[in-house]
Amino acid sequence: MNDTAQFRCPGCGYVYDERLGHPHEGFPPGTRWQEIPDDWACPDCAVRQKTDFLLLAAERKEATIGG
Amino acid sequence: MSIQAVAADGHSVLYTDRRRWLWSLSLVWPLLPVAGCLLARHDGNVLWYWSTLIVWYLLVPIIDHLLPADRSNPPPEVVPQLDADRYYRLLTYLTVPIHYLTLIYCAWVVGTQHLPWYAILGLALSVGVVNGLAINTGHELGHKTTSTERWLAKTVLAVVGYGHFFIEHNKGHHKDVATPEDPASSRMGENIYVFACREIPGAMRRAWATERTRLARSQQGPWTLQNEVLQPLLITIPLYLGLVIAFGWIMLPFLLIQAFWGWFGILSSANYIEHYGLLRQRRENGRYEPCQPYHSWNSNHVMSNLILFNLQRHSDHHANPTRRYQSLRAFDDLPELPSGYPLMFALALVPPLWFAMMDHRVVAWARGDFNLINVQASERARLIARYGQPIVQAPTP
Repeated sequence: MNDTAQFRCPGCGYVYDERLGHPHEGFPPGTRWQEIPDDWACPDCAVRQKTDFLLLAAERKEATIGG
Repeated sequence: MSIQAVAADGHSVLYTDRRRWLWSLSLVWPLLPVAGCLLARHDGNVLWYWSTLIVWYLLVPIIDHLLPADRSNPPPEVVPQLDADRYYRLLTYLTVPIHYLTLIYCAWVVGTQHLPWYAILGLALSVGVVNGLAINTGHELGHKTTSTERWLAKTVLAVVGYGHFFIEHNKGHHKDVATPEDPASSRMGENIYVFACREIPGAMRRAWATERTRLARSQQGPWTLQNEVLQPLLITIPLYLGLVIAFGWIMLPFLLIQAFWGWFGILSSANYIEHYGLLRQRRENGRYEPCQPYHSWNSNHVMSNLILFNLQRHSDHHANPTRRYQSLRAFDDLPELPSGYPLMFALALVPPLWFAMMDHRVVAWARGDFNLINVQASERARLIARYGQPIVQAPTP
């Protein structure tokens, strides 16, 4: 199973995509939302924190290892 | 130059930014100390070395009060086009090398022209004012999400040795603004000198802690080139060291005074006046309410807003930190400063004047309820005695 989800900052519209993660913030691609600390602030506006983010879309994908 | 857009109901919206070309003056402000040096060399009048201070603390406030306040806003339909117009961001880019030019030129004047101490003092403070504006440019650039702008933000902050602001302002101040936890939000009854002793070290400590936490998530220690607090220092240290080597020990007081006035005279002063006494309420879950427009002091004075990239439209900035300066909006019924920043900075330096000017405004904002005010604990009883009793809210049945 390889569900990935996206979460949007309600303040500025930044989207955290689990597939991409946010390497600069220390979250490599594939980092799950639940692994991100609750007090992590939006990297673009910093006005909203993780717990404010809205689930944008959940999509189910087949595991595509190496491709 | 007009922008045309279509509103949701189908009618066409036409907007002309009356200030469009006036924004190009942002390339002139950082050159004021250079102009002062050239004029002083031309006619020998030492007063020219002080001219930037006279412009900032006297001339700008006069013009602010002669011109009518500008409360006009771009219609929301045109904002995407206004933001996309590269002219506006080109101006912020171009100010970056100008700040370096001004610092190096003025250092050369101090190092080679055998000026009396009072000329050096005036010039150092003038460069300090301008380098405070460098922090303001770094602020505008540092809130943007493009890598060019973020890189330029760190570069322009480095000219005044305040690179850590890039981290602490965005990730600390904007998160904790108008709470007692924020070292960059001043408390009612706290004078600017006490405030600065809390704010300046607080910003450094928190920036370092924020970067250490971020880097630890990638299993890195803080002593790495990835550390965005250290990156700007790699510009500041060689630059300042180079100036000392080139122009001698006179650079030490010159660089120290200009940096001090950029940090304290402009940045700490701005932080001091922007949220004075205003407090976000704690909710039942222990978290503070989100920052609201009424948690910032604003000013719509024209001249100072032109110099400060609309920073004085501060409520909209905190509501939408990534919004570009040309699109920041004024709103009715927001906490309003009686003057633009330059005059308010000067007033803040004289605490009795500042308190006389602002404390009754804070009390009026809170409708007399001291539970709604961010107040200095040691001054609380005295201020309540002076301005009225706290209103105890009736328990809800």
